[in-house]
Amino acid sequence: MKEILEGSHAVAEAVRLCRPQVVSAYPITPQTHIVEALASMVADCKLDAEYICVESEFSALSACIGASTAGSRTYSATTSQGLALMYEVCFNAAGMRLPIVMTIANRAMSAPLSIWNDQQDSISLRDSGWIQLYAEDNQEALDLHLLAYRVCEDHDILLPAFVCFDGFILSHTYEPVDMPTQEEVDAYLPAFNPYQRLDAKDPISFGMYATPDYYMEFRYENQRAMLRAKEAIVRYGTLFKEQFGRDYSGLIEGYELEDAEIALVAMGSICGTVKDAIDEMRKDGIKVGLLKIRCFRPFPDEEIAAALAHVKTVAILDKNVSLGSKGAVGLEIKDALYGSSIAVYDYILGLGGRDIRKKDIRAITKLAEQGSGDMFYGLREELL
Amino acid sequence: MVDKSIENFECGHRACGGCGAATAVRMILKGAGEDVIVVSPTGCLEVFTTPYPETAWKVPWIHSLFENAAAVASGIEASLKRQGRSEKVLVIGGDGATVDIGMLCLSGAFERNHDITYICYDNEAYMNTGIQRSGATPFDASTSTSPAGSCSMGNKHAKKDVPAILAAHGSPYVATASLSYPTDLMKKVETAVNTPGATYIQIHAPCCTGWGFEGDQTVAVGKLAIETGLWVNYEMVDGVLRKAKKVKRKPVEEYLSVQKRFRHLFKPKRNEEEIAKIQAIADANAAKFGIDI
Ligand SMILES: Cc1ncc(C[n+]2csc(CCOP(=O)(O)OP(=O)(O)O)c2C)c(N)n1
Ligand SMILES: [Mg+2]
Repeated sequence: MKEILEGSHAVAEAVRLCRPQVVSAYPITPQTHIVEALASMVADCKLDAEYICVESEFSALSACIGASTAGSRTYSATTSQGLALMYEVCFNAAGMRLPIVMTIANRAMSAPLSIWNDQQDSISLRDSGWIQLYAEDNQEALDLHLLAYRVCEDHDILLPAFVCFDGFILSHTYEPVDMPTQEEVDAYLPAFNPYQRLDAKDPISFGMYATPDYYMEFRYENQRAMLRAKEAIVRYGTLFKEQFGRDYSGLIEGYELEDAEIALVAMGSICGTVKDAIDEMRKDGIKVGLLKIRCFRPFPDEEIAAALAHVKTVAILDKNVSLGSKGAVGLEIKDALYGSSIAVYDYILGLGGRDIRKKDIRAITKLAEQGSGDMFYGLREELL
Repeated sequence: MVDKSIENFECGHRACGGCGAATAVRMILKGAGEDVIVVSPTGCLEVFTTPYPETAWKVPWIHSLFENAAAVASGIEASLKRQGRSEKVLVIGGDGATVDIGMLCLSGAFERNHDITYICYDNEAYMNTGIQRSGATPFDASTSTSPAGSCSMGNKHAKKDVPAILAAHGSPYVATASLSYPTDLMKKVETAVNTPGATYIQIHAPCCTGWGFEGDQTVAVGKLAIETGLWVNYEMVDGVLRKAKKVKRKPVEEYLSVQKRFRHLFKPKRNEEEIAKIQAIADANAAKFGIDI
């Protein structure tokens, strides 16, 4: 059924439909509307879950570790400072192979304090072992939660996932979304079936320490599960398409890419603006297209190399910066295209909520054409 | 009734000979019964019981991080509740994990009053990382981060009173115990796990390696702590002190002089002033808990 909902409420509804048994989260802008909505659902008996009102994000994710290990489907949500406070817990949840799903309403990192959007928060946790999915719009944000649970809980995967959507730009924006029914979601997402659990009748030890004789194999298994997740996302994305009609069968998506000479690469809500800008530039005869990355972890390097093989120039729009190096997405694209003759330029932009408009996309396309890149785009020179 | 035949802590673990924590945990698991899930933070206990692929635990057990055991336990409790399951949730963690770095999670769990029992085995320092001081290290004890030296008498602070802090959270049952009094310890564990809500026990667990005494003296050293009034075994029900173990008190130096961590109080020469300060701590304990016979 089509509804017009705020992004956060669309996500909260999606989470409700996934039937989490334990929800544990701590409020932080711009994630708050999600957890408030879930708390109301529990208060009104619309969501039959334990809602743990913890005293910090650190405890929120720690409680999810306990709840998941004891055999419940768990959910949390956070952003920015909250995610940073969870840093240690994130690595731990992934290492323990717990299928926790957490929404990230992407926000900049302090200092300076900023409540506005970029993607530094989740990108900084790229090595933590969580699957990372990025939504372009609220429909996709909603849908990716269903997909994430389906993928994470597969016994061949057993990994946690971030579903990332841009703070304010999506979280606080009303858009029409097609909300599936409970029956439809139940048909797509089976009840939680833990691979192992804490159980007095069948005692197992979880979270043991590993000596150098064993540690590397655990990490290798984590890596293999991550790589298997690529295939699982495609498989369950295809299943999603068959059932709901919306196509998430790809880790990446192309827009006007087939005959493009210049490819813009982006993640998240900026893709909508890029598509509009491409429509205009195409009218002017510029052969430009978009490669949208939906899945940043596992990173679809081979898929990207194949999709970009025919272009002359690539311009990456990075809403983050690995300080002292470059934009994180740019670095990975350069790695994926290593050995090709494609010119690849990185543009760091939109940090701390700075608006990106169609004219900026046009300007970046022009810069790339001229061979100028690997720079911060859109700085206010008068402030420097 | 405590079923003393329960043996859910397997021998052959890697603890030091004479480890107070290991002895305490064996008794804790007798008191807790069979239907229990244990959470342990990082620390000696975690390390000496679970070098992969071996485990000493015959009950379900989980370790996540150093400072989040109370939050993990909160999640387990919520999960069990949601599934209609009846296992008891028990945290067994060191003093560092409890009174220092895990205090935030601990406070949150007790404020929310999850149906969990949190047991701190108090060996009065960070033993796993090499005997550094914690908030539970006693006054004047020499540790590797509070060493006694030519211008230092060791740890400058008194023990943090975490039982009182948790009682102030409204905990229905807070107790202290000592591994040297096993019947009392097991009974308190049984009471705590069967009391609904967040309950707490702090168990004095002498550490031969960290405190500096022979491994066959663990029980004797624990007894001396009680007999000198430097450790008091008591129960608080709904925040009200119920009973404290009475003793015919010995002077504190009988406890101090048998441990290397207090050696600087006696050598190269006896430091009357510092010993008097520690005697004053014991006297204050005695007055506060009314333990003098
Ligand atoms: C966040 C974090 N900081 C520090 C450590 C290092 N560390 C591991 S165990 C430990 C001390 C444990 O002390 P305690 O809780 O008293 O247990 P014990 O080893 O004495 O039994 C420390 C400092 C860690 N694992 N994690
Ligand atoms: Mg300790």
